[in-house]
Amino acid sequence: MQVTELTKRYDGKTVVDCVSFSIPKGKVISLIGPNGAGKSTVMGMISRLIAHDSGLVDFEGKDIGKWKSRELSKRLAILTQTNNIQMKLTVRELVTFGRFPYSGSRVTPEDQKIIDRAIAYMELEEFQDQFIDELSGGQRQRALIAMVIAQDTEYVLLDEPTNNLDIYHATNMMKIVRRLCDELGKTVILVLHEINYAAFYSDYICAFKDGKIAKFGTVKEVMTKENLSQIYQVDFELLDIQGKPLSIYY
Amino acid sequence: MQQLCSNKFVSPTTGATISSAQFGILLALLFLPQSTLWSRALFAFATAVLGTWIFVWFIQRIRFKDVVMVPLVGIMFGNVIGGITNYLAYQYEMTQALSTWLVGHFSLVLRGRYEIVYLVVPLVALAFLFANHFNIVGLGKDFSRNLGLPYNTVLFMGLTIAAMITASIVVVVGSISYIGLIVPNVVAMFKGDKIRGTLVDTALFGALFVLVCDMIGRVVIAPYELPIELIVGILGSLIFIGLLIYRLNHGRKAVRLGSAGSSGCSASLSALEGRDRS
Repeated sequence: MQVTELTKRYDGKTVVDCVSFSIPKGKVISLIGPNGAGKSTVMGMISRLIAHDSGLVDFEGKDIGKWKSRELSKRLAILTQTNNIQMKLTVRELVTFGRFPYSGSRVTPEDQKIIDRAIAYMELEEFQDQFIDELSGGQRQRALIAMVIAQDTEYVLLDEPTNNLDIYHATNMMKIVRRLCDELGKTVILVLHEINYAAFYSDYICAFKDGKIAKFGTVKEVMTKENLSQIYQVDFELLDIQGKPLSIYY
Repeated sequence: MQQLCSNKFVSPTTGATISSAQFGILLALLFLPQSTLWSRALFAFATAVLGTWIFVWFIQRIRFKDVVMVPLVGIMFGNVIGGITNYLAYQYEMTQALSTWLVGHFSLVLRGRYEIVYLVVPLVALAFLFANHFNIVGLGKDFSRNLGLPYNTVLFMGLTIAAMITASIVVVVGSISYIGLIVPNVVAMFKGDKIRGTLVDTALFGALFVLVCDMIGRVVIAPYELPIELIVGILGSLIFIGLLIYRLNHGRKAVRLGSAGSSGCSASLSALEGRDRS
């Protein structure tokens, strides 16, 4: 995926300003930055949920807007902050929707196998016939990830997957992200607020500030005292834990 | 309609569909005094679909934070249309003719006057065919687009089907309020929101509910007959209040039949959830 000079304006205000970057395949890439830096908007534009004003999002040789929506949904999945599902569906029914781009409403035996595997992968077997609105936040998030796994896409985009989760569930979520990349070979792009999760679990970090990319590179390149204090405007201290640069801010 | 609007309180009554259909019938009576059942139905279809579209377009633009606001706006919108209908009916001395369609009753269902109901069959079949599409649309715009589903097309197609089914009933028997609100909600409490799995239950339970109400209506002041609208209105509003109270006490927890053991488990689960939320 190659992004060139991407721009988005809302009411004359430029939210994303001439952003260019390319997404390395088979890696975990985190988009970080302060509120209103434009990271979620970029996420929306590279997943065709938000239309861009100018620039180009080249996805596998074709502009993202020119893809047929159904075809694109077999290659790219996006989960936005849909933690507030108000519908009484069972976990299995939700995961089944992941096969919709392939089979529509007719679920084949092949689909059933894929759904079984996705549920097993997220360790949701015992909950599969429970309604999602009866599950805890962490379990619900896992059910949504299981749906994305059933969707069987090469790219997985997650908008603040750790939002509203406690430390235990958020950390588990990040471990799942790592497994999606390492075990299933997916390219995972995340919007994250906790920079330490980004530092510990991703391969690349793309830091946004004021609608522009402040820094894009490997975790080690981006996670420096100077970069972070310049992006977030607070003082940072960096520690080396298990070979990863983790930060303390105050 | 509840699924498409992602709101449990939206129904033909609270979404201006019924009052729009009545408005259409009045227009047919005014402009085509010799109108047949079919031309009245055509008018009712057009206005019901249009009214529902306007309502949904409106709630999509405004995006209320509180889910209860949506049906309230729908009721207001429906009353505005109802007001215009009444005004025009008074103006042209049509109130008497119109009252047949304002209050639902079965006493005028005779051969040659009900056949339009058969239109419902292909429409329901269509709804069943696209049931999963409607479920996905109910999960939100981003969610549907992620799965490659054209959100607006499916939304307005679904609403059109719902509005046409409603209109064809209103043309034949008049308005039966609440039924579109109560029946799906009660069924969903037991069987969940998956449309494919509950459409048949909803239809059967709805038919049974109407049948019981009709029988009550015929028995209470026999040999005379009370209009179905009256009985459904009384029973329906009572059940609706019951539903609201149940929601307040139990949240959205499913009602599980049978196994007493699981109730203790789910109670502790909901307690956990409650803690999560606080």
